[in-house]
Amino acid sequence: MDHAIQAEGLVKRFGETTALDGVGLSVRAGTVLGLLGPNGAGKTTAVRIFATLLRPDDGHASVGGYDVVRQAHQARQLIGLTGQFAAVDEMLTGTENLLLIGRLLGMPRPAAKQRAHELLNDFDLADAADRAAKTYSGGMRRRLDLAASLVGRPSILFLDEPTTGLDPRARTELWTLIRRLVAGGVTVLLTTQYLDEADTLADEITVIDHGRVIAAGTPDELKAKTGSQTLVVRPEDDTQLPVVTAVVAELTKAVPEVDGPRVTAPVTDPAVLPAVVRRLDDAGVLVTELTLRGASLNEVFLSLTGRPVEDEPETEGRPA
Amino acid sequence: MTAHAMVMLRRDFKHLTRNPTSVFNAVLMPIVLMLMFVYMLGDAFSVGVDYVDYATPGLMLMAVCYGLGGTATAVNADMTKGVINRFKVMDVSRGAVLTGHVVTSVLTNLIAIAALVGVAFLLGFDASASALDWLGVVGMIVLLATAAGWFTVALGLAAKSPETAGMAAVPLVMLPFFSSAIVPADKMGPGLREFAEYQPFTPIIETLRGLLAGGPSAGDVIPAIAWCIGIAVVGYVWARSTFSKRA
Ligand SMILES: Nc1ncnc2c1ncn2[C@@H]1O[C@H](COP(=O)(O)OP(=O)(O)O)[C@@H](O)[C@H]1O
Ligand SMILES: [Mg+2]
Repeated sequence: MDHAIQAEGLVKRFGETTALDGVGLSVRAGTVLGLLGPNGAGKTTAVRIFATLLRPDDGHASVGGYDVVRQAHQARQLIGLTGQFAAVDEMLTGTENLLLIGRLLGMPRPAAKQRAHELLNDFDLADAADRAAKTYSGGMRRRLDLAASLVGRPSILFLDEPTTGLDPRARTELWTLIRRLVAGGVTVLLTTQYLDEADTLADEITVIDHGRVIAAGTPDELKAKTGSQTLVVRPEDDTQLPVVTAVVAELTKAVPEVDGPRVTAPVTDPAVLPAVVRRLDDAGVLVTELTLRGASLNEVFLSLTGRPVEDEPETEGRPA
Repeated sequence: MTAHAMVMLRRDFKHLTRNPTSVFNAVLMPIVLMLMFVYMLGDAFSVGVDYVDYATPGLMLMAVCYGLGGTATAVNADMTKGVINRFKVMDVSRGAVLTGHVVTSVLTNLIAIAALVGVAFLLGFDASASALDWLGVVGMIVLLATAAGWFTVALGLAAKSPETAGMAAVPLVMLPFFSSAIVPADKMGPGLREFAEYQPFTPIIETLRGLLAGGPSAGDVIPAIAWCIGIAVVGYVWARSTFSKRA
């Protein structure tokens, strides 16, 4: 079978809210799909449907060839889920958490112990194995949570915002773990609000917004479409902002944004940088800042939808 | 019980024993209440018999109620922290997840009541119950604890947060005060008296009181059992549907 995860026309409504409005996607076996979108886009809802926790109001979804509604039982044998909020049992120790999962999966006690031990070592939790999970740091909880979803060696893994709220170091550690899983042949669907995360981990990215797919492709295709980088220019004298805007517009062929004292614009060709320097020099504009930085999710959105990501407040803690 | 249910039960019990607040509320609170009522207030109430004999059945019921806060909080933590979702994805049956919590709740209640009755005897509790009556007492308590357990599990599943789940269990802790647990209903003021007479806990307490005194009356036993079954069915159906719907 070619596609490990597939969905067509998924619709899910919660009362007045349409969380998913016809989402389709597919993930080839052994690859990583990044489901990218701002808060409230519908990422968690989609993951919950794939994980057999929610029924779609319309459309189909299958994992490993099994329909998530009609063949939920078979589908569950293949999948692991790490929700948006670490679902660890705080009162139990790291070992007990994994042992519990092993026992519930029907492993005999010695085998469950062995597997728990193995995972705690792999996930750098051996030292904390006998401490209650409530004493763990955020990064350790996430790792234990991920370990818990791997006890049964799932071949398809759903990770809902696995690094949101982690510090950069914990984030990189988790990325390494995810890469190792993929190298071992696991298919991963990972949701994220961060473009760089999707860029580093995913083979393909599907961008969703308001429950609809607004772009899909490899990270390179997406970047080509949206401008992989952003040019930032800050003139020394604010009154020269219009001159700078005009120059940037002409050279990047994009519509620049004026953000306070800075002018920003998406850039696909890095050669534009020296050209900008020359033209501003010719125009006699002194600049205090002139940089190219990687596009943020915000800029991807801006170029895909023509509007910035709306800053929706974090909704109340609903676990996946 | 299935293998899953056994694993869940062991885990739920571990939870309880590691949570000092739950243990305090479930086991020590009823004993503290007993000491308070019997020593400090016992002389103030004239109920026709030794106050400890009057109060023990009511305190047994209170002991069941005090255990429920911990159950509601534990179930809710499982729901809101995503633990139940993890179990669902692993195909653990809702029966196993929920039964684990109910059985833990019932066992906690039984331990608390055993401790309470031990203290009652130290305070001079004098029961004229036969072995068969005692069996009836245990039966009534298990029935009550099971009914209240299912109802509380449903409350815990439906509540938004562990805090609201704990709050939702408060009325269950308060209700016994407005029953014949501490003072006979006919000693209460109007309004309160009618409430005390018709609320579910009063026939249950009167049944326990009758059994311990060696002669329950059918007028108490039948409504007591009916109330318990009613509460159990409502709790069971509510818990199962909430478990399936909420994700
Ligand atoms: N159980 C629910 N009840 C009501 N509304 C919900 C529920 N779950 C999600 N929503 C709404 O659906 C939309 C998508 O939510 P979600 O899938 O959690 O987005 P994301 O994970 O991308 O932040 C949001 O508007 C959210 O408020
Ligand atoms: Mg989410």
